[in-house]
Amino acid sequence: MTIDILWILFIVSNFFLLGSSRLHTYIRVISLQGFLLSVLPWFSEGPVSGHIVAMSLINGSTKGILFPWLLSQAIRRAEVRREIEPFIGYGSSLFIGLLGLLTSFWIGNRLIPPTATSVFTAAMALFTLFVGLFLIMSRRKAITQALGYLVMENGISILGMALLQHDPVVVELGILLDAFAAIFVMGIIMFHINQEFDHMDTDRLNQLKD
Amino acid sequence: MIPALLLIPTLAALLAFVLPSVRGRRVTLVSSALAHLVITGLCWIRRPVPALSGWLSLDPAGLLFLSIASLLFTTAAIYTVGSLRDESPERIPSSREDDFFFSPESENVFIGCLLLFLAAMTAVTLCQHFGLLWVAVEATTLASAPLIYFHRSPRSLEATWKYLMICSVGIALALVGNYCLTAALAIDGGADVSMTVSELMRQGTSFNKLWLKASFLFFLVGYGTKMGLAPLHTWLPDAHSEAPSAVSSLLSGALLNCAFLSLYRIHQVCDAAGLGLFTQDLFRLFGILSMGVATLFLLSQSDYKRMLAYSSVEHMGILSLGMGLGPLGLFGALWHSLNHSLSKSFLFLTAGNLLTFYKTKSTRQIRGILKKFPITGILWMAGFFAITGTPPFGTFFSEFTILKAILEQGRIGLTFLYLGFLALAFIGMSRIFLNMSQGEPDETVPSANARKEPWIRVLPPLILAGLSLLLGFYLPEGLMRVLQEASRYIPG
Amino acid sequence: MNPSSLLCLLAAWTLSPLLLGIINRTKAVFAGRRGSPLLQPYHDLLKLFRKDLVISRTTTWVFVAGPLAGCAILGMSTFLIPFGGSPSILRFSGDMILFAYLLGLARFMTVLAALDTGSSFEGMGASREVQFSALAEPTLFLALAGLTLSTGELSLSGLFSANSTLHRGGMAVPLALIAVALFILFLAENARIPVDDPNTHLELTMIHEVMVLDHSGPLLGLIQYGAALKLWVLGAILWNTLWPFSTGHNGADAGIALVGMMGLAVGVGVVESVMARLRLLRVPALLTGAGALALISLIFIARL
Repeated sequence: MTIDILWILFIVSNFFLLGSSRLHTYIRVISLQGFLLSVLPWFSEGPVSGHIVAMSLINGSTKGILFPWLLSQAIRRAEVRREIEPFIGYGSSLFIGLLGLLTSFWIGNRLIPPTATSVFTAAMALFTLFVGLFLIMSRRKAITQALGYLVMENGISILGMALLQHDPVVVELGILLDAFAAIFVMGIIMFHINQEFDHMDTDRLNQLKD
Repeated sequence: MIPALLLIPTLAALLAFVLPSVRGRRVTLVSSALAHLVITGLCWIRRPVPALSGWLSLDPAGLLFLSIASLLFTTAAIYTVGSLRDESPERIPSSREDDFFFSPESENVFIGCLLLFLAAMTAVTLCQHFGLLWVAVEATTLASAPLIYFHRSPRSLEATWKYLMICSVGIALALVGNYCLTAALAIDGGADVSMTVSELMRQGTSFNKLWLKASFLFFLVGYGTKMGLAPLHTWLPDAHSEAPSAVSSLLSGALLNCAFLSLYRIHQVCDAAGLGLFTQDLFRLFGILSMGVATLFLLSQSDYKRMLAYSSVEHMGILSLGMGLGPLGLFGALWHSLNHSLSKSFLFLTAGNLLTFYKTKSTRQIRGILKKFPITGILWMAGFFAITGTPPFGTFFSEFTILKAILEQGRIGLTFLYLGFLALAFIGMSRIFLNMSQGEPDETVPSANARKEPWIRVLPPLILAGLSLLLGFYLPEGLMRVLQEASRYIPG
Repeated sequence: MNPSSLLCLLAAWTLSPLLLGIINRTKAVFAGRRGSPLLQPYHDLLKLFRKDLVISRTTTWVFVAGPLAGCAILGMSTFLIPFGGSPSILRFSGDMILFAYLLGLARFMTVLAALDTGSSFEGMGASREVQFSALAEPTLFLALAGLTLSTGELSLSGLFSANSTLHRGGMAVPLALIAVALFILFLAENARIPVDDPNTHLELTMIHEVMVLDHSGPLLGLIQYGAALKLWVLGAILWNTLWPFSTGHNGADAGIALVGMMGLAVGVGVVESVMARLRLLRVPALLTGAGALALISLIFIARL
């Protein structure tokens, strides 16, 4: 029951991302997802272990606080315009999101994680992964691609949290993925994509093609 | 020996980051590369003891790819010293204008990252644990990104961005593959086994099939992106053509192999779990698709480094195809990876020389290399024969082995596609290579003085070309045994 | 036929314009005005019915038939709506589909009448109306499907009857989602902010109002009365979803439902006061979002 509310918040936040036009909304929603992820380990089966506390704290502090803060820094530093500028409109994005939701549940219903606390885990992970990938592909700016990457990573973490009791070591590798994402965000600041290319539109990155 | 293999490049990298002297850095680079090569050579004589409770150990396939990486790195290191010297602004004052050449202020970072890149690739070949393997592959991406961005031109920035973005998505998906693998183990019974290749293979068919399939798919997409299998290859031509040539040779010759090795490992596990036919189907599909896509782009290339990059996509397709054809095909694929690495990396090094001489990557502006720069010209022509699989180069024999594997399985359609794509690639590349090498040098195109080609720039590709040719005539006993052990192919 | 059902039908016919009055009063209070009397919509309707008709020479009989049929069809839909615990007068398995298509038919008649004027403004409004309702209709169906799936009842009266299982345990979250989806639908179908602004007179941004610009006198009165009926029926569905409980006493249930409907009207007034109308381009996103909510709840109900 409680975990259902968590899932619904995840789905709704994903749809928010698909339909939103403001960078700041993106960052707030991604922060919200980070906090949701920090609650998620507590639902995993078995006694409360150090891994659960650690993952909860790490998720909350990195995905809930650190990344959103870094991203808003990047936006301020790079003087990005605040609109999202999609290749695919918001209405169509939402519609594709609906199809993605159905497909994820269709596949996810076949993949039930071991000792599942919720039958929706795989479906939710796939859906969030899908939304992240879709955002990477369909949004114009370099920074929105990084944002999409974070969403995708959240989806991976959902799956990871369900497996925390089985192989904590492998799951905690996900933290390295966080580190990777952090480097990404920093990279946007350091590589000065906006300085080299007037603004951070990746459709300007089109010199290299056949 | 395993700690030494990892520590030498890592420590040398740290040293290179801080050393103020130019000469000191370059000596560090070459000497650590040579030390790495020597230890790798020793591994052929006596297999090193596993480290980290079996998470790191050297199996036959690992040894093969470690040797490739180490050999290519040594030649690339020597070459890099030459190119750093030749292309510094003091030697060519105009070099910053066309953005093709090094900006020496970041040489520390360049050499440091180059060595870290070697350490990461070594780790990939050593890792037996899937989690650790994933970390190592992630590390190769991180270490190589600054290398691609080295020219600091808008073009290289674009290439780096695409490389990082697409490969990170791939890496993230590979992590999902790891998670699914954990789930596949845990779902029935939840046996507490370590995720090393040998342990997993011992599990046999006790996996949950559905999760294992999901795991394989995520691994295939994830590491397949890194390997440059179509349609996930889009970053590859950009990154490989914009990187400095020595780096291109490592990316094409060594890094793609590392991704191939990762796929080979998951293939082993799936095969042991009875999913061999499922994985082989997918490998064949991606393989032939990559060959087709790459061939199409090869036919109309006007940039010779991009052409080489697309040829890498094509050869990765051949490797994937070979892996999808059972033991004999796998044998051919592993052998081919060695041949391809040698030929492709000396081609990239030669292309780097051409870029220095002519300062253009356009195939249309270069004529008569053979007349003007004889050694480079001969290397360029040799490279053409080697990469298109013409006898007597080793590539011919390994491609032929894969053909044999296809025929043994009686796949007629696949045979035609395979031969057709190879022939098309030959035609497309011959046009480019012959036009560049033959004919009278076009004096209107500005080029370097027809001075003697510096030995430090031609010796490394010459060594690799020699080895590549040698492998066509003679396959050493030890190498043969390693290939057979890795592919479990017992010649009938 | 039970008498309370008949009373509820009469309530729908007589009290629906009152909802408009409440909405307007709420908005006035928010704006710091005293506002028009609560019964103003009745006066407006009476005034319109006393007026003469002005009919453009370019129009055909369709122009007159549109409002007549529209109002009649919406009147028919009130027969299907259960209210305050009393079942509707007409009820059968699958009447919810008839209900959805009655709404669609009424809209179709309005659109036809608008197109019949030959004016480009009306055409524009008609095109927007059709586009948005094409997005809104699946949401209604998804929401109704969710309710049906959770109760196993196929008629509207069965869904919301006292002994339906709509309010069993574990349903709170999906029901809340359906209610949110229905509320968005309620605003969109009744041409309310944030989808459409009933007060605007800038043709370029209007949807519903622009379609009826050429209608006057009794025809306009019919259209406005029809709009009030539509507000009532959709409001009743929404209220039934929000309050799936019964006290066991008919009178008390009807009283609660009436208060609830008034509450909804106040809610609409509040939304109209605190929100701005969305850009037209963003409206499809809102409607798809509502559909998404309905779909999510459907998935969760299917699992329960």
